[in-house]
Amino acid sequence: MDKFLTHTGVAVPLKRSNVDTDQIIPAVYLKRVTRTGFEDGLFAAWRNDPEFVLNRPEYAGASILVAGPDFGTGSSREHAVWALQNYGFKVVISSRFADIFRGNSGKAGLLAAQVDEKVVQKIWDHLEEHPGATVTVDLESRTVKAGEGPDAIEDSFDIDDYTRWRLLEGLDDIGITLSHEADITAYEATRPSWKPVTQH
Amino acid sequence: MGRTLAEKVWDEHVVRTADGEPDLLYIDLHLIHEVTSPQAFDGLRLAGRKVRRPDLTLATEDHNVPTLDWDKPIADPVSRTQVETLRRNAEEFGVRLHPLGDVEQGIVHVVGPQLGLTQPGMTIVCGDSHTSTHGAFGAIAFGIGTSEVEHVLATQTLMQARPKTMAVTVNGSLPPGVTAKDLVLTLITHTGTGGGQGYIVEYRGQAIEELSMEGRMTVCNMSIEWGAKAGLIAPDQTTFDYLEGRPEAPKGADWDAAVAHWKTLVTDEDARFDQEIVLDASTMTPFVTWGTNPGQGVPLGGVVPDPAEFEEEQDRVAAEKALEYMGLEAGTPMREVKVDTVFVGSCTNGRIEDLRLAAEIIKGHKVDPDTRLLVVPGSVRVRMQAESEGLDVIFKEAGAEWRGAGCSMCLGMNPDQLTPGERSASTSNRNFEGRQGKGGRTHLVSIPVAAATAIRGTLSSPADLVPAGSTHESEA
Ligand code: SF4
Repeated sequence: MDKFLTHTGVAVPLKRSNVDTDQIIPAVYLKRVTRTGFEDGLFAAWRNDPEFVLNRPEYAGASILVAGPDFGTGSSREHAVWALQNYGFKVVISSRFADIFRGNSGKAGLLAAQVDEKVVQKIWDHLEEHPGATVTVDLESRTVKAGEGPDAIEDSFDIDDYTRWRLLEGLDDIGITLSHEADITAYEATRPSWKPVTQH
Repeated sequence: MGRTLAEKVWDEHVVRTADGEPDLLYIDLHLIHEVTSPQAFDGLRLAGRKVRRPDLTLATEDHNVPTLDWDKPIADPVSRTQVETLRRNAEEFGVRLHPLGDVEQGIVHVVGPQLGLTQPGMTIVCGDSHTSTHGAFGAIAFGIGTSEVEHVLATQTLMQARPKTMAVTVNGSLPPGVTAKDLVLTLITHTGTGGGQGYIVEYRGQAIEELSMEGRMTVCNMSIEWGAKAGLIAPDQTTFDYLEGRPEAPKGADWDAAVAHWKTLVTDEDARFDQEIVLDASTMTPFVTWGTNPGQGVPLGGVVPDPAEFEEEQDRVAAEKALEYMGLEAGTPMREVKVDTVFVGSCTNGRIEDLRLAAEIIKGHKVDPDTRLLVVPGSVRVRMQAESEGLDVIFKEAGAEWRGAGCSMCLGMNPDQLTPGERSASTSNRNFEGRQGKGGRTHLVSIPVAAATAIRGTLSSPADLVPAGSTHESEA
C-alpha cells in the first residue's frame, strides 16, 4: 500500500445522502474474480445519465469525492472501496460514514475524511462556482483546503489515530503483521514435527 | 486455575500478544475453494507477495461445481471462471489443488477430515462459515472473509481477539433413530440463531461422547447457525480411531507423540466457562424446521406454530414472514407437509455414514412418484466408498438421482436448485430464503427424516414407514 501524506486533486460533488454500497457498486458486478476493474461498475445506475456529475468533462480525472451524509451504508462489500479506488479516488469526504465502509476504506488505503456538514456544503458551493477545482487533503495535519484568498476554505477532518497511522505509513493488515515476521518465524521453529503438511 | 480445551488450543497458537491488540494466531491449516479465494490471490499479486506456507494450504473445488457432466467444461460462465481462476492461482502460487475429476475432490470440510489433515489441537481456517465442522476433532476452526484469506496466505497468521468460551453439555443418550442433526437443531431452536454470538463452544456430555466422528462433525458444523465463532469437542478414542491410518495422519513414533499430546487436550476440572447450557438428549426426538432460519424448528411430531404465540414482537413478525414465504398454515401437522425434493448431502450430512444410514432406510422402498430424491456425496472418496458398498444401486433402484461430489443444492450455486415455490427436505444446514434456489422453501432435516420423507412424500420419520416389500406404503 502506498503511503498517504497529502493529496491534491480534482474534487467531485456528489450531492446525495445515504449512498449505500449497492449504489456504489451493484451486486451484478461482484461475480468477478479480480480486485481491479470495478471502475466500470462504480455508481452504475447513475452513469447512464449524461448529466451525472462524473460524466461531466470538468471532473475528468477526479480523485476526491465530496459526498452527502451516511456514505457507504448497506452491505459490507469491500468491492465498494475497490470500485472507488479503481476509478481513481484517493479520498472520500463526507459528514458521516457507515462504520463498515470506513473500516474497509482504512484497510484498503482509501482515506475517508469526516468533516462537519457545513464544510461539505462550503466545498460544494466552491465547486459549483469553480467546477474542476482541486481540493487538498493533508493527513498529517488532518485538514482539508480549497480555494484561495478571502473565500478560501480550511477546516479539519476526523479520522481515528490508528487508521491515520496506517495510512501515513502505507501499512495494510498484512504489512503490519509482516512487521512481526521474526515472531512468526520463531513460532514456526517450535511447531512439532508431526503436525500435518499438505505437500511432502 | 485450569483452562478449557479451547483456551489450551488457543494458547498453543499465539505468536504474539500486546496490550490492547488482538492476538496474532498461527494457522496450522488453511483450506481454500473457488468462491472466496480469487480476490485474495489477486491481492497477493498486486502487492507482489507470495503464499508463505503452501505446505499448510489445500485447495479443492466444491461450491459451484456441477454434479452431472463433471468431465465436460462447466456450462455456467461465472462458475467456470471461478474454477479456472482457482486452478491458475494454485499453479502460480504452488498450492495443492484437488480439482473436479480428482479422486480427492469434494466439499472442503469433508476432504480435510477424510485425508486426516484435520487433527486435534490445530487451528484451521477457510473462507467458508462452516469451517467449524473441523472442531469435531478438538481443533479451533472457523470461517474467515476474503481479506483474511489473503492475510493467512501471506502470513500464515490471523489477528484475532480471544473469544469467550461456552460449554454445551448434553447429558443422557439420544434415543434410537434420533441423530446428531436432531440434537443440534434442537439446540439452535433452544438458543435462537444468535445465542452463541462471540463464543467458542465446547460440546460435551454423554450424548456427545457417544457420537461417531461423523455425528460430531454434524454438530460442530452447525455451530455457526446459532452464531458461535467455532464449536469443538475434546478428542478421545473415537477421534484417534478415526484418524489412525488416514493418508495425512502421523505415522509410527510421530503417531505416538501426537496421541500423547492430543490426550492433554481436555478441559481441566477446575476450568471455568463464561457461559453454560445443559440439555438432556434422552428427551430429544426427530426435529425439523418450519421457518427460514435454523432456529425456527419443532419436533417432527409437532405442528406449524402460530406466530401469535411468540412472546417477543420481533419473533412474531419473523414467524409471520417465514410462514408466508414457506407457504405454511399455522397448526398444520409437520407430518402433513408435502415435499417436492429431498436433498441428501452437504458438509453437514454428506459423509459415508450418512449415506449408509439413508440407504439402509430406503432399501427396498420406492421414492414417492411426486418427490425427487437427490443424493450428493460430500466427496469423490465418499462416492467411491458408497459405490463399493452398493449404496448407489439401492438409491437408484428406489428412483433417486445419484450425483457427483460437491456442495450442490446446499447453496444452489451450481445447476442443482429449487424452482420458486418448490419445497425441499434438506440434510444441509441453512434454510434461508432463496438459499437452495430463488423462492425455494427449505426444511432442514436429519438423514433418517430425509430418507423416510423421500419415500412417503411428506415429512416423515422411518417409524412412519411400512416395512419394505409391502405395497401399501402410500396409505401407511
Ligand atoms: S456444503 Fe453447503 S455449507 Fe458446506 S461448504 Fe458447501 S455450501 Fe458451505
